[in-house]
Amino acid sequence: MTMKAHVDLLRSTLGRKAVMAVTGFLLFGFVLTHMAGNLKMYLGQEKFDAYAEGLREIGKPLLGHGQALWIARVVLLAAALLHIWSAWSLTMQSRRARPLRYEALKSERSTYAARTMRWGGVILLLFVFYHLAHLTFGWVHPDFVPGKVYQNVTVGLQVWWVAGFYMLANLALGFHLYHGLWSFFQTLGWTHPRFDPWRRRFAALFAIVITLGNLSFPLAVLTGVVR
Amino acid sequence: MNLKLRVWRQSSAKAAGSLVEYPAHDVSPDMSFLEMLDVVNEGLQERGEEPIAFDHDCREGICGSCGFVINGRAHGGQKRTTVCQLHMRHFHDGDELVLEPWRSRAFPVVRDLIVDRGAFDRIIQAGGFVSVNTGTAPDGNAIAVPKVDADLAMDAAQCIGCGACVAQCPNGAAQLFTAAKVAHLGLLPQGQPERASRVESMVAQLEEEMFGSCTNFGECEAVCP
Amino acid sequence: MALDARIPDGPIETKWERTRFDLKLVNPANKRRFTVIVVGSGLAGASAAASLAELGYDVHCFCFQDSPRRAHSIAAQGGINAAKNYQNDGDSAYRLFYDTVKGGDFRAREANVYRLAELSVRIIDQCVAQGVPFAREYGGMLANRSFGGAQVSRTFYARGQTGQQLLLGAYQALSRQIAAGKVTMFPRTEMLDLVVEDGRARGIVTRDLVTGAIGRHAAHAVVLATGGYGNVFFLSTNAKGSNATAIWRAHKRGALFGNPCFTQIHPTCIPVSGEYQSKLTLMSESLRNDGRIWVPKQKGDARKAAEIPEAERDYYLEVKYPSFGNLVPRDVASRAAKAVCDQGRGVGPGGLGVYLDFSDSIRRLGKHAIEERYGNLFEMYERITGEDPYTVPMRIYPAVHYTMGGLWVDYHLMSNVPGLFVLGEANFSDHGANRLGASALMQGLADGYFVIPYTIGDYLARHMGEKLDAESALFRNAEAEVRAEVAKLLAVRGKRSVDSIHRELGKIMWEYCGMARNATGLREALVRIPALRQEFRENVNVLGAGESLNQSLEKAGRVADFLELGELMCRDALEREESCGGHFREESQTPEGEALRDDDRFSYVAAWENLGGDQGWKLHKEPLAFEHVHLAQRSYK
Ligand SMILES: Cc1cc2nc3c(=O)[nH]c(=O)nc-3n(C[C@H](O)[C@H](O)[C@H](O)COP(=O)(O)OP(=O)(O)OC[C@H]3O[C@@H](n4cnc5c(N)ncnc54)[C@H](O)[C@@H]3O)c2cc1C
Ligand code: HEM
Ligand code: HEM
Ligand code: SF4
Ligand code: F3S
Ligand code: FES
Repeated sequence: MTMKAHVDLLRSTLGRKAVMAVTGFLLFGFVLTHMAGNLKMYLGQEKFDAYAEGLREIGKPLLGHGQALWIARVVLLAAALLHIWSAWSLTMQSRRARPLRYEALKSERSTYAARTMRWGGVILLLFVFYHLAHLTFGWVHPDFVPGKVYQNVTVGLQVWWVAGFYMLANLALGFHLYHGLWSFFQTLGWTHPRFDPWRRRFAALFAIVITLGNLSFPLAVLTGVVR
Repeated sequence: MNLKLRVWRQSSAKAAGSLVEYPAHDVSPDMSFLEMLDVVNEGLQERGEEPIAFDHDCREGICGSCGFVINGRAHGGQKRTTVCQLHMRHFHDGDELVLEPWRSRAFPVVRDLIVDRGAFDRIIQAGGFVSVNTGTAPDGNAIAVPKVDADLAMDAAQCIGCGACVAQCPNGAAQLFTAAKVAHLGLLPQGQPERASRVESMVAQLEEEMFGSCTNFGECEAVCP
Repeated sequence: MALDARIPDGPIETKWERTRFDLKLVNPANKRRFTVIVVGSGLAGASAAASLAELGYDVHCFCFQDSPRRAHSIAAQGGINAAKNYQNDGDSAYRLFYDTVKGGDFRAREANVYRLAELSVRIIDQCVAQGVPFAREYGGMLANRSFGGAQVSRTFYARGQTGQQLLLGAYQALSRQIAAGKVTMFPRTEMLDLVVEDGRARGIVTRDLVTGAIGRHAAHAVVLATGGYGNVFFLSTNAKGSNATAIWRAHKRGALFGNPCFTQIHPTCIPVSGEYQSKLTLMSESLRNDGRIWVPKQKGDARKAAEIPEAERDYYLEVKYPSFGNLVPRDVASRAAKAVCDQGRGVGPGGLGVYLDFSDSIRRLGKHAIEERYGNLFEMYERITGEDPYTVPMRIYPAVHYTMGGLWVDYHLMSNVPGLFVLGEANFSDHGANRLGASALMQGLADGYFVIPYTIGDYLARHMGEKLDAESALFRNAEAEVRAEVAKLLAVRGKRSVDSIHRELGKIMWEYCGMARNATGLREALVRIPALRQEFRENVNVLGAGESLNQSLEKAGRVADFLELGELMCRDALEREESCGGHFREESQTPEGEALRDDDRFSYVAAWENLGGDQGWKLHKEPLAFEHVHLAQRSYK
């Protein structure tokens, strides 16, 4: 790629869309594994804590304690920032594209999910802030003990409104993923009439799996299945 | 039937506009939407008011001249129907209809419901053609074109350039219009030599024209006549 | 004035080739020094503008729509003829030539028509290369259908949108030249006058339809490709904006008008539904292949179609023309429909309609087969009328569709005003008194792609190095006249809208100069039209200003011209005391009521000269000779 192509990638609409799609996909990869990892919660405290600890041991002989995790964190953070930046700048561009609004623009075909991408994304962002302060740093946790991940979760999610917020955010995530994953293929031009129904199914499947999985955790804690 | 219209009136590109209320009396269900406006305009002129300006020409749904938003729906929202082909039988006595021009920065209002769609012409000028001079063509059957490809190309080539896709898109994006021309020429063997450069230059022009960016809402396809 | 059509001698097959060889050429380096104005961006205009720019001329192209892509050619549905003989069914340039001259009822020039047929094959090649997605067979070869009663399959098509696809091809070629800076495009700009200096066309005066600015444009040659004038009738299948203004104002500056009364009336259009009707929609002719046309036998029968028993239906075309039946040519079918409606047997609102019934075909072939063939047409019919043609018979009525007349041009497509060229439907050239289906698109593209690029060079080569000056007194005067005309229209502030006067003119034309004409009626029209023109001048109401977008003002200018052109059409129709093609004089018919030509007296092109002011017109005759196609009376019994 020439230098010009690099610059254009970030400046052009298409480039920014590609950035959004690729980073979105990375974030999707994270939430999928994160959800899968959290399922270990159902195996009990020891297994779950060991898993959390294990994450920090990845790449052990080569990398030090927690190093691999940090690398992942850096990549993830960069992806999130790029994702939000591209979403924001494209949204602003689209705003500018219609300086005067309609009295009331009716929607014809678009899904609820498509129409809530931006607000859904913002809810997710707020959730991540809260979630980090809650279960990673413990600032807003009533009884946070570093390393005691299982306990942090079970105690933290016993507060009904915290659990409620988790569930709300994860519903938003579900919608965001449902449209986002479908859209991902469209943006990158991977479409074909024969392949299109599968795109829908793929997006729906992963959105549902991730959402159900994530919803189950606060529910399990609230109902005492996990304690 | 009788209707209440609220129509965007704007005397020129620079002037500010506003919605003005007009009654439409004795509307026949067999009228087309534009014929209904013709009758309203006759009445306005009788009272010494300037008629509502709207673009139209063929009144057969093919030239792409006509188009405005009715109650938040481009071309009124009937499937595969432009406003010139939209008939009043789809409306009911007492309905209130808000008529607004396509709202997009790339399509500045010229007057009332008329906008300037020159951006579409410039996108085609950027590369929406096959570079072949008159007189150089080989025999029409020299290159066989699979029927499937010819049919798919025809599907895409049917775009009438009306701009409803941009008007309805929540992002104000011109994705569908541009993609239609790219697909039409890209599907045919005659379009192959310039395939890559065509996309590049058309997209570059798309960027220049201040359209919004597509997030795959799919509204555009729903209102495309 | 001597009319020289500049038809080369020698065998018809080589006339064009020899002409091309004899034409003067402009050397490539000099081409860019010539400015050519092309008014119109339809098939004829866009193809001419693009081709001339490719050659290197500096082209300025004008259209009144917001984009050149919207010219009225876009609406053509059926297809385009070409003598490719891909179907191996015996077609040839000669056969297409023969059919066209005969179809035009022997009122076209043989040499022009032969050239048209000869060039038709190259049009298809050119369009395919541009990416026009013509219909294909499974083997990947171009598909054909037979059209308009032709005995060979020579019509190329792109679904029901052939005109659209051909125009987009030409528009894209034009766009490429605009991007290359070789064509300057002036959309939403209307030509309001032709500037003639020393008897030669030197430029035009225009009005910018957005700002109202009047512009002066000088050029070495002016090409008019501004389409037909069917809207004289107010109701027609033409687009609302189609007009005669450009050719009419050129006519008033000296260009002769050829065969103004030759109008084609298309038999299958959706009937008028009310007084508010703004235009008529064509239903493809192909419907007559499977639909049966009938009316009730009884006068004023108000029953629904389904309640009228078989024995009480009159399938009048099948009865009258047993061998051609429902497939008789357009003019015959149209007149027959008018006749039964005049007898009070018409159906639908106002009694102006006949049934086109598909129930037999649906019974015979199944609904599915009919849907395959005509699905989109049925859908369009239902969208407009709200009736389902699968269950209720369609109602159709004839409507004005095409004008064979237009500015007189010679073999080079140049009018009698040197430097003024006229292409497409705007000229009178190739269709005689009746145009065959799918041949207008062919003519527009032949003119623009393959005739004008050569013949214009011959003219320009004689005018090397001439300076252009749009500031001259002549241009300024022309501009002042246009301004005065605009001001005059705006100053009347009378009581009647432009549309109401246009509608009234249309009714007069339709009544007296429509499908059937007679001397008494035409004389009546020649009294009523000037009176209406007077009414227009004194009582029209055009609101708003000249310096802004003003659609009533645009319409007023066009209607002013129609009010004059309508009179000339009636004059021409009165003069031609014979029936030929679309022109049916009731005084001249066979005992069976068929059109009767009078070749001894009327085998000529009527070329009318405008004498200016209230002086009226002078008729010039260009005699027509038929060396190849033998004069014969048409018969469809
Ligand atoms: C409904 C319908 C269906 C048809 N179907 C067929 C068919 O199937 N096959 C066939 O062969 N023919 C068909 N025809 C006929 C054919 O479409 C036309 O004759 C042909 O397209 C005319 O092309 P044109 O280039 O001469 O003019 P047009 O396409 O009418 O273009 C006229 C151009 O001139 C411009 N113009 C006009 N006046 C002015 C002015 N004063 N100043 C500036 N610009 C001006 C306009 O903006 C436009 O660009 C059909 C016609 C109709 C109405
Ligand atoms: C402020 C926060 C966020 C905003 C504003 C936002 C906005 C968007 C937008 C506008 C799209 C593009 C949709 C399209 O092009 O059709 C998108 C896609 C996506 N987002 Fe987000 N998002 C945010 C946060 C997140 C988070 C936290 C995740 C992950 C958990 C995520 C995952 C995705 C995915 C997987 C896609 C699909 C990629 C694609 O478009 O192809 N987003 N987001
Ligand atoms: C109900 C669902 C969820 C539960 C129970 C949960 C639980 C946890 C726990 C326990 C941690 C701390 C892990 C540790 O410190 O080792 C954590 C970290 C994290 N979670 Fe979640 N989470 C949920 C949903 C989400 C969602 C939807 C997102 C993103 C959109 C998310 C993003 C994060 C991030 C970014 C971290 C920090 C990872 C790091 O240490 O770098 N979580 N989560
Ligand atoms: S894509 Fe459809 S909506 Fe958009 S301009 Fe073309 S025809 Fe109109
Ligand atoms: S509605 Fe707009 S967001 Fe894209 S899919 Fe259509 S252009
Ligand atoms: S007026 Fe031509 S599409 Fe509506």
